[in-house]
Amino acid sequence: MKGKFVVSALLAVCVSAAAFAEVTSLRGDQGIGEGNEVVAIKQVPKKQDRLALDYVNQPPLIPHSTDQVQLNPSNNGCLECHDVDKYRKSGAPRVSPTHYMDSDNKVLGDVAPRRYFCLQCHVTQVDATPLVENTFQPAGKFGQ
Amino acid sequence: MGIKLPGFIQRFWKWFRKPSHFAIGSILTVGIVMGIVFWGGFNTAMEMSNQEDFCISCHEMENNVYQEYVGTIHYNNRSGVRATCPDCHVPKEWVPKMVRKIQASKELYAKAFGIVDTPKKFEEHRFEMASREWERMKANDSQECRNCHNFEYMDLTTQKPVASKIHNEAEDEGKTCIDCHKGIAHQLPKDHKIEKAI
Repeated sequence: MKGKFVVSALLAVCVSAAAFAEVTSLRGDQGIGEGNEVVAIKQVPKKQDRLALDYVNQPPLIPHSTDQVQLNPSNNGCLECHDVDKYRKSGAPRVSPTHYMDSDNKVLGDVAPRRYFCLQCHVTQVDATPLVENTFQPAGKFGQ
Repeated sequence: MGIKLPGFIQRFWKWFRKPSHFAIGSILTVGIVMGIVFWGGFNTAMEMSNQEDFCISCHEMENNVYQEYVGTIHYNNRSGVRATCPDCHVPKEWVPKMVRKIQASKELYAKAFGIVDTPKKFEEHRFEMASREWERMKANDSQECRNCHNFEYMDLTTQKPVASKIHNEAEDEGKTCIDCHKGIAHQLPKDHKIEKAI
């Protein structure tokens, strides 16, 4: 009799614990009245050297902020420094020749429409540690 | 005097020229006080008309250029210094300010008749409107920029190397801010080649 009681009590504890575990909200382990913890916006370092490529054909990362750059269908602010006719004066990396080729590999006079939105592939590197652990090792001379 | 003026003008002129029986002291006092009141009142009204809310109330801008400006560094920044509409669009000196104010009254006509009251219409006119402003700033050597950003006070050594180099060249070549810095507070016009000096 006593054993039965212990078992049922244990069972009750397990079930209620499971029930409690199930109601953890999408916000995580936070009380309803509490505000969410706001993660600080990551900063782009003021001075950052060009970042090494980790693998072949990696779109190079952007070492500067792009907040105030107008990049929309009517204007491409990136090309004001990175275009072929501007890069020598601005000292910025030149847009790769592949970006002037359309989908038939025909070379155009301007950056091809499919390559127009720079930030689709090139992203700004902020001062942050990786969110998840990563064991990727760049091969050979990459990543150096 | 060959021309015969209408009677009421002649009567007014006679009254105007007749010495009054008031003491010169009272006339001076009244004159000075009225002068201060009117001048002060005029300038206060001028200041009122230089506020952002006032600009928005009569110029077609609330849903387009103002929204664009709100996201830029001149509105939202770490140090809390804000350049509002008149800081860039209205000269600080008295005569150019009056000239600009009178010119800008043309835009009230546009507001009243809805010339740029939809996003499509606004985009169609944007190049024209932007060009007008760029020309104005070029003509006055980007005076409104320089009210805060003075070339002579800039420490080029603390700027990014590119910026420092190009500012140096620009100064030597007599370039003005707006030659390169177009579209810093508003979107640039569509389907037009925007000439930037860089």
